Amino acid sequence: MIDAVGNPQSILLLGGTSEIGLAVVEAFASDRPMRVVLAARPSPRLDEARARLEGRGCTVETVEFDATELASHADVVQKSFAGGDIDVAVVAFGLLGDNEQAWTDVAHAVELAQVNYTAAVSVGVLVADRMKEQGHGSLVALSSVAGERARRSNFVYGSTKAGLDAFYSGLTEALRPHGVVVTVVRPGFVHTKMTEGMKAAPLSTTPEAVAEVVADAVRTHKELVWAPAPLRFVMSALRHVPRPIFRRLPI
Amino acid sequence: MSSQPSPADQQRRLHGWGRTAPSVAEVVTPRDPDEVAAAVLGAGPRGVIARGLGRSYGDPAQNGGGRVVDMTGLSRIHSIDAPSGLVDVDAGVSLDTLMRAALPFGLWLPVLPGTRQVTIGGAIGADIHGKAHHVVGSFGNHVESMVLVTADGTVRELTPDGPESELFWATVGGMGLTGIVVRARLKLHHVETAYFLVDTDQIDNLDDLMDRQTRDDDKYAESVSWFDAVTTGPHFGRGILTRANHATLADLPEKLRDKPLKFDAPQLLTVPDVFPPGMLNKLTGKIFSELWYRKAPTKHGVVQNITQFLHPLDIIGEWNRGYGPNGFLQYQFVVPPGRGDVVRTVLERVTAAGKVSALNVLKRFGEGNRAPLSFPKPGWTLCLDFPVGPGLGELCDELDTIVLDAGGRHYLAKESRTSAEAIRRGYPRLDEWRKVRASVDPEGVFASDMSRRLELV
Ligand SMILES: Cc1cc2nc3c(=O)[nH]c(=O)nc-3n(C[C@H](O)[C@H](O)[C@H](O)COP(=O)(O)OP(=O)(O)OC[C@H]3O[C@@H](n4cnc5c(N)ncnc54)[C@H](O)[C@@H]3O)c2cc1C
Ligand SMILES: NC(=O)c1ccc[n+]([C@@H]2O[C@H](COP(=O)([O-])OP(=O)(O)OC[C@H]3O[C@@H](n4cnc5c(N)ncnc54)[C@H](OP(=O)(O)O)[C@@H]3O)[C@@H](O)[C@H]2O)c1
Repeated sequence: MIDAVGNPQSILLLGGTSEIGLAVVEAFASDRPMRVVLAARPSPRLDEARARLEGRGCTVETVEFDATELASHADVVQKSFAGGDIDVAVVAFGLLGDNEQAWTDVAHAVELAQVNYTAAVSVGVLVADRMKEQGHGSLVALSSVAGERARRSNFVYGSTKAGLDAFYSGLTEALRPHGVVVTVVRPGFVHTKMTEGMKAAPLSTTPEAVAEVVADAVRTHKELVWAPAPLRFVMSALRHVPRPIFRRLPI
Repeated sequence: MSSQPSPADQQRRLHGWGRTAPSVAEVVTPRDPDEVAAAVLGAGPRGVIARGLGRSYGDPAQNGGGRVVDMTGLSRIHSIDAPSGLVDVDAGVSLDTLMRAALPFGLWLPVLPGTRQVTIGGAIGADIHGKAHHVVGSFGNHVESMVLVTADGTVRELTPDGPESELFWATVGGMGLTGIVVRARLKLHHVETAYFLVDTDQIDNLDDLMDRQTRDDDKYAESVSWFDAVTTGPHFGRGILTRANHATLADLPEKLRDKPLKFDAPQLLTVPDVFPPGMLNKLTGKIFSELWYRKAPTKHGVVQNITQFLHPLDIIGEWNRGYGPNGFLQYQFVVPPGRGDVVRTVLERVTAAGKVSALNVLKRFGEGNRAPLSFPKPGWTLCLDFPVGPGLGELCDELDTIVLDAGGRHYLAKESRTSAEAIRRGYPRLDEWRKVRASVDPEGVFASDMSRRLELV
């Protein structure tokens, strides 16, 4: 249970090495250590993440997870819930990819679609089912402002996030009567390994700042948030900019 | 066409009185002990828990994804025997109903909590205490026998000293985790009137307030103090000590003597469900403290009715809504008699953290009973009340350490946020209780959100 003051006792991070995801775990763990399940591909980064969280007093389990191996997802989720209720699950895996390659190379396009959309839907369905059985829980999906209006420079990734966003927004409604809160998070440009070497967009932010937004959203049962918050208004305006102008904006 | 499936009707979202941490469960409302047994036997993998009137602050009477047995359907008073004071009641009967029914016979419930809207089952499950604890002990002390439905559907009659007395005492304070109480026989006290003879003392600092309670509480059947945690400086902890004895016929003024056992409980207003969060903030807290202090100047020998003396908050129905949608929590602990200093330390930490508790109730407990999970033990119990907001979790964690280091513990009926470790430390007989429970519920059929959160079983 997430207790009266908002402390979860357990958290599942799908994409167990995601910098934003790990910052979310740490935001909760800074108040009280908890049981953490990291679902990820084995790597030194994963070992590092485990050590860091254990250093904070958390108990850490890892479950091997590859987003592209759809057939294995049921097993991954089953193992992730084997140790007891999961209070918060964060869907954090994702691939930015190379847009120019993605819209010209089928294999790359499909990879982005699979990881960012199909796999996110697949684990979404499976986690939703378990949380329904618990009668409580918080399911967080990392969407992106890139999905709100696709840009020429980033539209393949943007399209996959648009799909993820729509799915989890609907899941919010479907799970509400079951006591499960689904939160869709739309970050802007976040400085992580995903965006390393790229030119920062306006209102760029850090994983820690996004994590604060997410922790607050989970604690206050918010269903849709932007990080940083003002992006909400920026995106609302951008959605209505006519195409010829939108095309020329330096974003 | 798409159909929008909605969960079965009896799937309900439940929370405690603090309105925090809801979960969804299947709620069933049996009408008799057989239906209770059937509800227990038919429980799924997430188990089952009894629920009374949901007056616990946290999550002991909810069971996300499992089954919750609403006990208010078992609501008969089977008998009241005036000469012996013995009453035989269903577990879903509220203390309010029982009190109203018993008073005309000159019978009084020796243990009444701050609200009468609690069931007999909930009173046993939490082994509740009232302002009379220093004299009469807690609720379990007045239970002559109870009927318990256990995990295998068996119906057992238990007594405090009989063959299954261990199970009796594991059920007292056992937070519904040993089984479901369906019926109980209680022993009530005899009174001549429904009134109290009240002594009120306005005392202008915490040390004097506690000193007074230590010195002459024994002269009173009921004793409690309320103090102001907002005022700082030399008047820190100024408070109102109210103590009383049951009024005899001779104590009553002429106009009350015709109907000395008459009871009327006015309910004046209900707080609407539209309060902005933080309505009860620092400013309103200050005003509230000032008004409360002023309204109670020192006066002795005043005749008061039950509502005036015991339940001033009952005048405002559903006052818990005043805290707004984020809910609130009560922080209640007991520390040993020699550690009254903890009360001051805790208050200082609260003030330093910039938090305001408007309702602060302090009482000296008498002896505890045999129940391994019963909360009361000799010493000071303090109850604070906070709206949920940023920083409250850290503050409470800090207070936990202070309380536990002093040999204290927390009250499960008010608990909504502590750690499993804190309960283990506070209740050294937890393992003994677990053993008794495991002997009647080896598969863990009885489970609640609280039992999972605090790893009670
Ligand atoms: C305004 C207010 C003032 C209060 N003041 C006091 C006070 O002064 N002293 C005090 O001690 N408490 C006090 N309380 C707490 C309250 O007395 C307890 O929480 C009590 O247990 C509530 O009873 P309930 O019927 O609402 O039970 P619930 O809150 O529904 O359940 C409480 C526990 O009892 C178990 N339970 C309920 N019915 C049964 C049953 N039939 N068989 C087995 N287990 C059962 C539940 O599983 C749960 O674990 C106060 C609460 C409020 C809201
Ligand atoms: N950074 C931003 O600017 C930004 C903005 C908006 C939204 N987001 C979204 O936020 C989420 C987290 O991103 P981040 O910034 O934290 O980036 P990150 O640190 O690069 O995390 C991405 C994660 O996805 C995992 N992943 C990728 N492909 C996978 C696969 N096939 N199977 C399993 N895991 C796979 C990676 O695991 P490995 O370690 O195994 O590679 C990594 O843990 C992503 O969904 C991202 O789209 C990011």
